[in-house]
Amino acid sequence: MKALILVGGYGTRLRPLTLSVPKPLVDFCNKPILLHQVEALVKAGVDHVVLAVSYMSELLEREMRVQEQRLGIRISLSHETEPLGTAGPLALARELLDVDNEPFFVLNSDVICDFPFKDLMQFHRNHGQEGTIVVTRVEEPSKYGVVVFEADTGRIHRFVEKPQVFVSNKINSGIYIFNPSMLSRIQLRPTSIEKEIFPVMAEEGQLYTMELQGFWMDIGQPKDFLTGMCMYLQSLRQQAPERLHTGPGFLGNVLVDPTAQIGDNCTIGPNVTIGAGVVVEDGVRIKRCTVMKGARVRSHSWLESCIVGWSSSVGQWVRMENVTVLGEDVIVNDELYLNGANVLPHKSINESVPEPRIIM
Amino acid sequence: MLKAVILIGGPQKGTRFRPLSFEVPKPLFPVAGVPMLQHHIEACAKVPNMKEILLIGFYQPNEELTRFLFNAQQEFKISIRYLQEYSALGTGGGIYHFRDQIVSGSPEAFFVLNADVSSAFPLTEMLSFQKEHGEPNSFVILGTTANRKQSMNYGCIVENEDTHEVLHYVEKPSTFVSDIINCGVYLFNPDIFQHIGSIFQKNQQDMLLEEPTNGWHRAEAIRLEQDIFTALAGQGKLYVYKTLRFWSQIKSAGSAIYASRLYLNQYHKTHPERLASNKEGGPKISGNVYIHPTANIDPTAMLGPNVSIGTGVTIGAGVRVRESIILHGANLQDHCCVLNSIVGWDSTIGKWARVEGTPSDPNPNDPFAKIDSETLFRDGKLTPSITILGCNVSIPSEVIILNSIVLPHKDLNRSFKNQIIL
Repeated sequence: MKALILVGGYGTRLRPLTLSVPKPLVDFCNKPILLHQVEALVKAGVDHVVLAVSYMSELLEREMRVQEQRLGIRISLSHETEPLGTAGPLALARELLDVDNEPFFVLNSDVICDFPFKDLMQFHRNHGQEGTIVVTRVEEPSKYGVVVFEADTGRIHRFVEKPQVFVSNKINSGIYIFNPSMLSRIQLRPTSIEKEIFPVMAEEGQLYTMELQGFWMDIGQPKDFLTGMCMYLQSLRQQAPERLHTGPGFLGNVLVDPTAQIGDNCTIGPNVTIGAGVVVEDGVRIKRCTVMKGARVRSHSWLESCIVGWSSSVGQWVRMENVTVLGEDVIVNDELYLNGANVLPHKSINESVPEPRIIM
Repeated sequence: MLKAVILIGGPQKGTRFRPLSFEVPKPLFPVAGVPMLQHHIEACAKVPNMKEILLIGFYQPNEELTRFLFNAQQEFKISIRYLQEYSALGTGGGIYHFRDQIVSGSPEAFFVLNADVSSAFPLTEMLSFQKEHGEPNSFVILGTTANRKQSMNYGCIVENEDTHEVLHYVEKPSTFVSDIINCGVYLFNPDIFQHIGSIFQKNQQDMLLEEPTNGWHRAEAIRLEQDIFTALAGQGKLYVYKTLRFWSQIKSAGSAIYASRLYLNQYHKTHPERLASNKEGGPKISGNVYIHPTANIDPTAMLGPNVSIGTGVTIGAGVRVRESIILHGANLQDHCCVLNSIVGWDSTIGKWARVEGTPSDPNPNDPFAKIDSETLFRDGKLTPSITILGCNVSIPSEVIILNSIVLPHKDLNRSFKNQIIL
């Protein structure tokens, strides 16, 4: 089986992290975002993953060669020379996808959830039509495009963009499965799959929905990245609690790489991810944060709702909060206060940032 | 023999020192670990032939003042008395009212010091200067150099550069007059009372001509600066002794932290025993720090520079304090961080909380810069300044209190920034 992952461009919304590595390789809960998706696909029987990328990255190519070996699958990069939207990349990769008559998965690379690929395949085969969209329930549907469908069968009636009156609370989750026949609907030009392809398929009765069970988050920007982390850790709590760290000084769901060192008298959690080789010194308080590989948090600091980038160093008695994001190799000197700071890689910070801003 | 008068003001003064002056008369507020006034008294007591120190003000006699006077007399072995004005008589009116007390015993000269300054108080140098410049019975103002812009917030002195006679004196001019400013420390002899007396008589006559409002005459305050010095300038009676040693006003609470820094620095010479040092099993000390012996400090805490810790203060593990005054009975819990702040009596700061202010220090690159007499609000916004926690304030764990003033007896339940919390 095959899958196409829509990786797209430079991942600017997730800067400053994506200034150091391509977005698919940014660590989410101690694993590159892309591997969450690829591993779930492999479990569902996928043996060929196509990444639709609009820029070239040696780092990404090299990493994919490593993953091909490790997972025993084929990973291709389909490179757009001009942006093709959300549908065009399918046309570009047609030769890779349309090799047999088997359905293939398509997913947005920013999405994190309990990927339901096996159930999706089963559901898709059962209704026998051209495509299935996974939908997820949201609290405020007026912010999104919603999907209106038949409750019993899942057959889609229509799509409504940012509805002003309630018509549905289910939105497109960016996870699909299609029969190869649907590829004939797409021309090799910039096309939106949501606006130009799906409405036609729905009209023809070829498009169904399957409702996602459990959490779902688009982690394409730092604020949502942290929210997605909280959801993912809660899901781990239910499905694999042994992977979470417990003990004195740990509160709630905390994921700690075995090579990380945590000092004395710290309070870590709830909702914290600590990466490989991270050093957390004594008396540190961390909640709702991701601390990436090789970072150091010095003693008596206080961190809430932050992403500490790879190999960064946070000084003593530092307070960081309100979605402060440190890029790779940032140094925050002792006793500073960072409120919503977005710090680009390789910076050394010498004064407090009391109001949210970008530190170039 | 010599005497000294310290003008301590009264409860209606020092409002810029709120909320700290609610709890203690401003002159008794601790600066570098001891009451502000004690620095004045110590400087006076060191002058040879000093026989008596008189405090003049309009505070009701109170227990704290009485206890302070008692302790200071014991410590400095000198007579110290408090003379209470019946009303705010002004810097000249107060000493005039108590002139008999001042001249009794026939001192040949006496100092007058304002309580709200911190200074090296070069009193002996003022005496020598008075004798050397050759004009007997003249008066001396202690002066210092300010920058042009800031000088206009002070009394400005124009001198004869050869003789140092004061040629012109003007209080807080609106245009630049001179960069020599009045430090609020004077050397007088009993002749000064003739000059104040003539102003007093003139005020009395004016008052008799005036219709009494509400059936009573209010006492007219006499100010040394505007009423006396302005008239004496150019008369060959008034001289200025310029000092290069440290001097600063203590108007706002923010300036108390700066004044503490100046006195702590002076302790290297005058009181090295008051400066904490790094010892086995003690907290880490950086720069000048005063710790009262009754304070209980965890060895993993880090203090300084410019920190004063009062009696009975408790400081927990991994606490950081810099550029701050911690008043007696305060409790700083583990890992909290206190920067540029005054923490009021018996206040509590929770674990990992951050209490931080913005320093209002003079420009360090200008040797003549003074602390700005900052206004609380500018353009309708609270000016970022030091954070002050009043007495018995409770700060919960893990919050931040930034550039705020918290009035006494408040239990906060969240973070605050740039606010006055009533």
